[in-house]
Amino acid sequence: MSTPVESDEPTRRDFIHIASGTAVVAGAGFLAWPLIDQMNPSADTLSLATIEFDVSSLEEGAQVVAKWRGKPVFIRYRTAAEIEEARSLDVSVLKDKQTDSERLVPGPDGKLKPQYLVAVGICTHLGCVPLFDPKDTKGGEYGGWFCPCHGSHYDNSGRIRKGPAPTNLVVPPYWYMSDTVIQIGKEASV
Amino acid sequence: MSGQSNYNPKTGIEKWLDARLPIIRLGVDTMIFPSPRNLNYWWTFGAILAVMLVSQLITGIILAMHYVPHPDMAFDSVQHINRNINWGWMLQPMHAVGASMMFLAVYIHMFRGIYYGSAKNPREMIWIVGMVIYLLMMATGFMGYVLPWGQMSIWGAIVITNLFSAIPPEAAGTAVTQWLWGGFAVDGPTLNRFFSLHYLLPFLIVGMVILHIWALHIPSNNNPTGISIKTKADTLNFHPYYTVKDAFAIVVFLMIFSYFLFFKPDSMGHPDNFIPANPYSTPAHIVPEWYYLPFYAILRAVPDKLMGVVAMFASIGVLFALPWLDTSKVRSMRYRPLAKQFFFLFVLVCLGLGWAGAKLPSDLVFATGVDADGHEVGLTFVWMSRILTIYYFAFFLVILPILGLVEKPKPRPASIEASVLGTDKGDN
Repeated sequence: MSTPVESDEPTRRDFIHIASGTAVVAGAGFLAWPLIDQMNPSADTLSLATIEFDVSSLEEGAQVVAKWRGKPVFIRYRTAAEIEEARSLDVSVLKDKQTDSERLVPGPDGKLKPQYLVAVGICTHLGCVPLFDPKDTKGGEYGGWFCPCHGSHYDNSGRIRKGPAPTNLVVPPYWYMSDTVIQIGKEASV
Repeated sequence: MSGQSNYNPKTGIEKWLDARLPIIRLGVDTMIFPSPRNLNYWWTFGAILAVMLVSQLITGIILAMHYVPHPDMAFDSVQHINRNINWGWMLQPMHAVGASMMFLAVYIHMFRGIYYGSAKNPREMIWIVGMVIYLLMMATGFMGYVLPWGQMSIWGAIVITNLFSAIPPEAAGTAVTQWLWGGFAVDGPTLNRFFSLHYLLPFLIVGMVILHIWALHIPSNNNPTGISIKTKADTLNFHPYYTVKDAFAIVVFLMIFSYFLFFKPDSMGHPDNFIPANPYSTPAHIVPEWYYLPFYAILRAVPDKLMGVVAMFASIGVLFALPWLDTSKVRSMRYRPLAKQFFFLFVLVCLGLGWAGAKLPSDLVFATGVDADGHEVGLTFVWMSRILTIYYFAFFLVILPILGLVEKPKPRPASIEASVLGTDKGDN
């Protein structure tokens, strides 16, 4: 019997091994993706993505909590003193540097409505709902919100001032459909 | 399982079966294998854990027959089990209290392994597989606590799943959390998948336990002296000697279990978990189950979110490296006067971290005075956590590696037999 000649050249058999191995790995990858992706938010969850809210129902100094995508959204009617306090802050002291104006969206007339602050009511640390906390009511030090879980203090613009949270309260995408109605979950189409 | 077998089939049926499926041989050789003759009661917790695992599997499968993993019905279905299902008043707490008892046993089992050097050469794989079991237990326990869908359930789930949001959004942190939740927040899809995984993981634990015991059969048990088995005179067969000793310990352990089960079934839980889950109202003070408290304290000890999460996972990860961090050639701390003291301090530190994890970070451990506004000041729990966290890591990363090099161990007996009979005060 003749033995195959030893050679460093790849053989037809090597080619078949590599090609079939590649096909198996790629096929396993294609098969794995549906098994992984099924855990992502489903179509009905995604379809509940926007809500509308009439801010004219708010009283000055108060906040309401709207529910959006299973999360609380704070909508707060700030007093003139609170707005002044938020605007006068030197942003260089902040962990997550944002001016108050950068956290607002303009109304239909193109001007900001600084009295209405909208923010997702979930502490950016580990997801608790911070307590609404105008100055000296619940122990928060900056007149915004205070998270009882791990002690994060936010100011009335929702900016992190003290505590373990890494970033400011998230401003959700929203826009003024009219002078008094906002839609949360969608940005103004320019 | 060192080559030779202790099984000798006698009847025709046994011989027939042994030639085709040697399952009796496997069972006999698993149970009749030489073990050190000096194992003390700290060595009974392996068997106790095996019993608890079976107990959790049986009660868990039963509870799954009555539980409904839906956010509108989960809370009520657990109440329904407790109030209406025959024996449900016993079976549901048996599962919940059983989880606590299992963690109690596993912590004793792990401390024993550290003290007697059971993790070290040649038992590294036993320890590592054991650590995988422990991680699976933590994941299983966490998801199980979510299922009753009370306030602590949902808020525990929110806080723990948000640990993954410490990954920056640009590095897929948001995508990972939404994938875990199956939505934009912890909700029905999260509960449903946790139920599925809570049912799956215990069977993975069973598989890992088989590997744990298989690996144990290669070098046999470590023992209180840490000296390797040298002759047959050092050993006793596992059955009947240690099956009987383990059985006695199991009975004592089940008595303690029964006390909690029948007289204090809710003492390990949290009253807030009797309030149905409300994703819009955070309880004033979220605490995990007691067996996670030390890690929770480490998480909160670090003021930075990502680094806190890293520290928490590192505190478990460092345990995997223990066989190589403990550099001493002497296994048992019985003969290591310095290591022994650092070890007992380590146990106290773990308990202290657990205490700190149960408190608000700003609470005072003790007051040293009063500030200008009349508030008491002193050592806060967050600062205590920081000090203890430093010791926790130093024990593994600094103390154990250095001690092995500088410590002068006491003389060890010549053999296990000599240590039992007291015939030899050798110094090998």
